[in-house]
Amino acid sequence: MTAPAPLRLLACGALAREVLALIAANGWSHMALRCLPADLHLRPERIPAAVARAVAEIRAETPAAQIFVLYADCGTGGQLQRTCAELGVEMLDGPHCYAFFDGNAAFADRAEGEFDAFYLTDFLTRHFDAFVWRAMGLDRHPELRDMMFGHYRRLIYLAQTEDPALDRQAEAAAQRLGLAYERRFTGYGDLAAALAAKG
Amino acid sequence: MADEDDDIILSELDDEELVQQMHDDLYDGLKDEIEEAVGILLERGWTPYEVLTQALVSGMTIVGNDFRDGILFVPEVLLAANAMKAGMSILKPLLAETGAPRMGKMVIGTVKGDIHDIGKNLVAMMMEGAGFEIVDLGINNPVETYLEAIEREGADILGMSALLTTTMPYMKVVIDTMKEQGLRDKYIVLVGGAPLNEEFGRAIGADAYCRDAAVAVETAKSLIARRHNQTV
Ligand code: B12
Repeated sequence: MTAPAPLRLLACGALAREVLALIAANGWSHMALRCLPADLHLRPERIPAAVARAVAEIRAETPAAQIFVLYADCGTGGQLQRTCAELGVEMLDGPHCYAFFDGNAAFADRAEGEFDAFYLTDFLTRHFDAFVWRAMGLDRHPELRDMMFGHYRRLIYLAQTEDPALDRQAEAAAQRLGLAYERRFTGYGDLAAALAAKG
Repeated sequence: MADEDDDIILSELDDEELVQQMHDDLYDGLKDEIEEAVGILLERGWTPYEVLTQALVSGMTIVGNDFRDGILFVPEVLLAANAMKAGMSILKPLLAETGAPRMGKMVIGTVKGDIHDIGKNLVAMMMEGAGFEIVDLGINNPVETYLEAIEREGADILGMSALLTTTMPYMKVVIDTMKEQGLRDKYIVLVGGAPLNEEFGRAIGADAYCRDAAVAVETAKSLIARRHNQTV
């Protein structure tokens, strides 16, 4: 049996913990992770160039490196897909991480019924203050709540792990936003399958 | 927010300084100051249309540019929009009376499945500031709602907004339905939203994709003018 070829994972920082957990749990020692800042999420138009730069850097270090980009479209409107195709690297399927954690197909099926839902993942639950509350200005300007979340009815925590502490944090976030709370365990969804295919 | 701005007495500034100060106050989302300054300019004999375009719309264009360039983020844009809205609500009743130019009518809404509406609201406001009459359908609009509204309102322009990769293809559903019903050529169709681009706009058969509200205003004006030239 030959060992699998080394694989460089280039991921959104919001996936770091999840990817490392999958690598550890499956013993995928041929995979090495490199992350881009998670806050690109709020400026998706900058993701394709940041990915292209990082791919070039990885290739400068290791010309023969196999690279797998762990981003979904993330609101680049297909641009990241085009960039990856030009660079000759693979990326994840799906519109965003909420969808691939849930399973892209299941997420699409549920979309209509969950139109009024705001999602949290483990990452967003942990970093709710920085990525939602402060990013949307609600710390400085609570009066923006209705303009931001006025059309939302519920918060659905898509849980990657069974963690009662995170569950409580997500529920508290829902309360702060004035939204009804639901939790759905997703595990790592399509991310696990995509990485397993490289295992 | 105690800074040196507190000491500025708006009524003591000359027109040029006051407009400059309004741009700053809009940038900082200072609603009360904007309302006060609008009143001062009106008292000095500015027409409502001049106040709107030279003080408010131009100030908001600066905000839009700085958002695009990553200097401002969403909450600041929202606060600025709120301040501009406050100023506009003083001007709106006066605009009709004073014969401000009428550019045309636009029906605008976010497409089905999408709740993002900050960009759409900003476009609606800037279009209104440029003299367009706006019918805002809000969020989550199915094709029937759009079509019913443009026909009922006798609109010139249909504007659709989408911020999600999953909802932007729905714009094509709307345009295709317009074609099926023989309505497409009656209307100018503008599309926008951060994940879209020009190529997408062309591919789905829109008249134009607009990257921001300022571009939307310019594009709408020139397409309306082109139509007039064709029909005369
Ligand atoms: C603010 C925001 C929110 C707010 C929305 C508040 C509101 N009332 O709209 C909140 C936090 C509630 C939110 C929720 C969600 N969001 Co959001 N959101 C954003 C964010 C950060 C900014 C969007 C924005 O308001 N920009 C400010 C305005 C001024 O800019 P704009 O919308 O682009 O509009 C300008 C132009 O595009 C143009 N324009 C826009 N519309 C139109 C229309 C016409 C006719 C014309 C001519 C021009 C035009 O002119 C406007 C003014 O200059 C974007 C990321 C980004 N930077 O784009 C993510 C983003 C769009 N959201 C995203 C996601 C995934 C979601 C959620 C699913 C997240 C969740 N956790 O549940 C939900 C959506 C639920 C749903 N069903 O819609 C993703 C989309 C990914 C994808 N593949 O599509 C993005 C890209 C973030 C990311 N990278 O993950 N979001």
